[in-house]
Amino acid sequence: MRASQRQRGFIAAILHRLSGIALAIFLPVHFFALGTALEGAKALDSFLALTRRPLAEFAEIGIVIALAVHMTLGMRILAIEFLGFRENTLALLSVCAAAVCAFGLFFALNLGWAG
Amino acid sequence: MNARFFAAQRITAFVLALAVVVHLTTIIYAVRGGLTAADILARTHGNVGFALFYGVFVVAVAIHAPIGLRNVVREWSTWHGRTLDTTLAFFALLLLILGLRAVLAVFGS
Amino acid sequence: MTETLNVEIWRGTDKGRFESFAIPHRAHQTVLDVVTEIQREHDATLSYRFACRVGMCGSCAMVVNGRPRWTCRTRVNAVLVDGNHLRLEPLRNLTIVKDLTVEMTQFFDKWKEAHGYFEPGPQEKKDFAVVPPQSRERQAADAGIECIGCGVCYSACDVVAWNKDYLGPAALNRAWTLMNDVRDCGQAARLEAVSGDDGCQACHTHMSCTTFCPKAIAPTYSIAGLKRATVLGVLRGAR
Repeated sequence: MRASQRQRGFIAAILHRLSGIALAIFLPVHFFALGTALEGAKALDSFLALTRRPLAEFAEIGIVIALAVHMTLGMRILAIEFLGFRENTLALLSVCAAAVCAFGLFFALNLGWAG
Repeated sequence: MNARFFAAQRITAFVLALAVVVHLTTIIYAVRGGLTAADILARTHGNVGFALFYGVFVVAVAIHAPIGLRNVVREWSTWHGRTLDTTLAFFALLLLILGLRAVLAVFGS
Repeated sequence: MTETLNVEIWRGTDKGRFESFAIPHRAHQTVLDVVTEIQREHDATLSYRFACRVGMCGSCAMVVNGRPRWTCRTRVNAVLVDGNHLRLEPLRNLTIVKDLTVEMTQFFDKWKEAHGYFEPGPQEKKDFAVVPPQSRERQAADAGIECIGCGVCYSACDVVAWNKDYLGPAALNRAWTLMNDVRDCGQAARLEAVSGDDGCQACHTHMSCTTFCPKAIAPTYSIAGLKRATVLGVLRGAR
């Protein structure tokens, strides 16, 4: 890897970009799923039943993490660009990572993972 | 046009920063012990505040996501210009229509 | 300290190869010392640039063990890899002329494209302009004014690698210093120049420029200023 690619800012930018792509792919599916409620609660329920499998729940945790990653790293960008934040330390990125882990963990726990 | 894309994406980013915190917290809370249609609809049915919040959320996403994708495609592939912008405009429309449909679906059912 | 340095140098143009030299390892050597010794005593056909050799001109910028830096200000002992290994390459993102020299024209053309030049305006001023040094604008300009156009930031920037039309950190940093110059009369045209698809909005805050700038300038924050100016411009209907 080039020296510039080992920089924290590059890694943050790549994570931000990849999580954004994942969300862009997920969202139409998400909207479509919720829209099945137009046919009544039963239709939505049968769709939701599909998501009760471990693979689907694993993907859901992935999407929640992707959203948390994209949001926290996006907030870093907004802080630097518009709030005059001067940041080139590990500190802010660690805070972002911690926030992401918190969100992901709470989601997974609430889904019933970890007993 | 491009400066407007940039401004639109950053402004919707501020809106989404707030909306996503609310959404993530809500989802994490709501998902406790499993989620059924009845659970969702019980909260959202006839709830005007909910519908307004998620309506704004959908509009912001429909603006924010395609502009972000535009950057990615232009930098990581050779696709650019009118055809790309038009395709992404359709994607924005898709998100808007499906998203507002979803909001109406859970509001009205 | 090892006795001999194993120095790999890029030879040729964009098509070429690395050539190895064994050079005595001496205390307090700089990378420029090593390159000069190779050219004078081992291979007179090696092409490289330097001028002041004291960290003022930026001519000796090249990529040393993967990092863009000034060779005159790089102590060999600080950057050796695997004990005694040095790998020297020309600056990235610029056309290689030969060996370690690159074509800087494109770099300076982008300064022009970004309106990185002072615009005095049509009217002859009757008196000296008064620019308080502690004013917000002057402090913002001063934070980026020391740029000497060495190209290290341009070499480090990944977005320049992805988009050959991206104006780049140096040009945008210079535009920002001028945007904060209260005497300048070309702000509208400058804003238009830096707020297009290949302007400030293409910066994704990787911050490699800020990490590697030998003058400790932070182009990232200058570009952030341009981004704010862009959004304000759109909201005011100017863009």
